[in-house]
Amino acid sequence: MFGVIFGGKGNRLRRNEAITAWLMGAPAFLGLFVFLLLPFLLAIGLSFTNHRFISPNPTEFVGLRNYDRLLSVTIVTLEPLVDEETGELLRDENGNLMFPRSRSILRTEQYEGFGEWFTVDAFGKRYVIAAKDPKFMRSLVNNFIFSAIVVPLQSGLALLLALLINQRIPGVNVFRTIYFSPVVTSMVVISVVWVFLYNPDVGLINQFIQAVSFGRLGPFNWLGSAQSAMIAIIIMSIWQGVGFQMVIFLAGLQGIPQVLYEAAQVDGANAIQRFFYVTLPQLRNTIIFVAISTTILAFRLFTQVDVMTNGGPHDATTTVVFHMVEMGFRRQKIGYASAISVVFFLIVLAIALVQHRVMRSRSEV
Amino acid sequence: MTMTTVSNRSGFAAKIGRVRAAKAIKLGLTYAVMIILAFIFMFPVVFMIVSSFKPNAVIFEDLRSIRAFVPTVFSLDNYHAVFRRTNFGRFMFNSIFIVTTTVALGLVVNSMAAYALARLRWKGRMLVLSTIIALLIIPFEAIAIPLLFVVNSLPWPLVEIANGMVRLGLEHSWLDTYQVQIVPFVADAFSIFLFYQFFLEVPRELDEAALVDGAGPFRIYWNILMPLSRPVLATVAILQFLVRWNDYLWPVLVTQGEKVRPLTLGMAAFFGQTPDWGQILAFATMITLPVLIVFLLFQRWFIRSVASSGLKG
Repeated sequence: MFGVIFGGKGNRLRRNEAITAWLMGAPAFLGLFVFLLLPFLLAIGLSFTNHRFISPNPTEFVGLRNYDRLLSVTIVTLEPLVDEETGELLRDENGNLMFPRSRSILRTEQYEGFGEWFTVDAFGKRYVIAAKDPKFMRSLVNNFIFSAIVVPLQSGLALLLALLINQRIPGVNVFRTIYFSPVVTSMVVISVVWVFLYNPDVGLINQFIQAVSFGRLGPFNWLGSAQSAMIAIIIMSIWQGVGFQMVIFLAGLQGIPQVLYEAAQVDGANAIQRFFYVTLPQLRNTIIFVAISTTILAFRLFTQVDVMTNGGPHDATTTVVFHMVEMGFRRQKIGYASAISVVFFLIVLAIALVQHRVMRSRSEV
Repeated sequence: MTMTTVSNRSGFAAKIGRVRAAKAIKLGLTYAVMIILAFIFMFPVVFMIVSSFKPNAVIFEDLRSIRAFVPTVFSLDNYHAVFRRTNFGRFMFNSIFIVTTTVALGLVVNSMAAYALARLRWKGRMLVLSTIIALLIIPFEAIAIPLLFVVNSLPWPLVEIANGMVRLGLEHSWLDTYQVQIVPFVADAFSIFLFYQFFLEVPRELDEAALVDGAGPFRIYWNILMPLSRPVLATVAILQFLVRWNDYLWPVLVTQGEKVRPLTLGMAAFFGQTPDWGQILAFATMITLPVLIVFLLFQRWFIRSVASSGLKG
C-alpha cells in the first residue's frame, strides 16, 4: 500500500520534473531549432531548387542542377596550330607553340556552360581545365592554399609563443597580454588599418622592407597583384589570430605534470629532448584541437577578403564563403548559394571527422 | 695541497660565474625576443591611434621615419569630422545595444537549458543533448543564406502609438531590424555545452539539501547554481561578446540603411566612401579603444575564457 502511494507520488514528481525541464529548456531549444537546425535543413532542401529572393517566377525543383553547375569540371585538349601551306607547327616570336583560343572551343555546344579555369601546356598540347563555375573552383583552391599555409604556420608560431611566455620571469604577463591583444580587435578595423600598412607608395610595411634591404627589395604592390594578395591576407590573418592559439597552447603546457620533466632531467635529457619526448606527446590532443579549429576557421575566411580585396585581383583572393555571399546575397540566387552552403558544410564535416579519426587511432597506440 | 684547494675553489667560482653569465645572457636574449615580438604585435594599433590625432599631411610626412609612431601633433579634427560626416553615435549605440542584449539573454536562456540537461531527469534528454552536441559542428556560414530566407518571412508584432491611440499590427519581415541581429543568436549550442559541463561538476548534495528545504528546480537553479557559476558565466559572456561584437557577415546580409547598422559595418562603409585616412583611422580608433580598455581591465578573465574554450573542445 505504501508502495502504491509512494509510486504515485514519485510519478507525479517525475512528471513535474519533466515539465519543468521542458519549460526551462524551451527558449534555447526553440531558438536552436528555428535559427540553426531549420536553416540547416532548408539549405539542403533549397539547394535542389532555383529559389531567388525577388523573382517573378515561382520556385521550381531543379534536381541536382545546382550541384552540377557548382562541381562540373572537364578537360579540353587543344592541338597546336599548323601552318596550312607548309604543314609545320606555328610558333610565336618566343618559339612557343601556338594554340587556338580556348574560348572558341568552349563556345561550342558540347561544352555549353563551361568556362576556362586554368590551362596546362604539356607534351606539345594544351590542356584547358574548364569548369561550369570556375570562380567557385578558384575559391575552393584559395581556401585550401590559405589553410595549407596558415594552419601549420599559425599553430607552430602559437606553440613557440606559448613556450616563450611559459617561463617564470618578471613581466611575462605583460607580453602575453600584448600578443593576445589583436584577438580582441575587430577584424574589420584590422583589415582597414592593414590596407594602409600594405599601401605600395606610403605603407609602413614597404617602407620597412626597403629600409632593411637598403632599397634593394620592394616596393611591393601587396594587395594589388594577384601573386601577393593572398600572401598579404595570410600574413595579416596569422598576426591577428595567433594569440588565440597561443593561449590554448599555454593552458596545455601548464597542464603537463612537472614530475615528467623532473624524471626526464634525472634520465639526463637535455632541453631539446625534453621538448620532443615530454612536451610534444603530452600536448598531442591540444595540437590536434588547435590544428582542426584553425583549419575550420581558415575555411570560414570572409571578412578580410570582403574589406581588403573584394575577392580580387583576378579572383586571387575569392573564397567559398565570399562566393556564397556573392551568389546568394548580391545576386539573390538563394538556391545556388544553398548548394554552396551544403558543400561548405561537408568540407568542414570531413575535416572534423578526420580529426576524430586521428585522435582515436593515436590514443589506441 | 693548499694550492690545489685554492685553485679548485677558484675554478668552482669561475664555473658558477660562467653559469650565471650564461643565464644572464639567456635571460637578456629572451627579453630581446619578447620585446621585438611585442613591437610586431603592437605597431599597427599604435600607428592607428597615434595617426588618428594627426592631420593627413602630417600622417604622410611622418610615415618616412619612426615619427609614424610618435604623437607629433595632437588634434581632434579627424574625430570632429567623423562625428560630422557619419552617424557614429548611432552605430555605437546599435552595437552596444545589440551585443549586450544578446549576451544577457543568452546567459539566462542557455544556462537554463543546460540546467535542464544536466540536473533534471526527463524523457528525451539524451536525444536533445546529443542533437545539441551535433549542432556544434555547423559553422554559421553554412546556414547564413537559408537563415536569411527564414528571417525574411518571420512576423514581428508592431505597436504604434499615434494620436493617443495604440495600434497593433504585424510586420512581415525581420530584415533591417534590431531583433534580426539579436534573437537568432541568443540560443547558442556552445554556451549550453560550457554550462552543461560546469553543472555536471557541481556536487548534487547541494540540490538535495535544497530539495529537502522545499525548493523547486527553478529555485535551485537560480539561488544555488547561478551564484556558483560565476567563472563559467564570465567565460560564456566574454566568448559571446567577442563573436557578436566583431560580427560582420550577418549585418552585411540583413541591414540596409544606417538605422540599425552596427559599428563593424559602419566602419567598412565609411572606408569605402572616403579617401581621408586621418578620419578612417579616427573611426577605427573609436571602435578599438573601448574594447581594448575593457580587455586590459579584465585580461585575466579574457585569457582564461579562451583557454577553457580550447580544453573543452
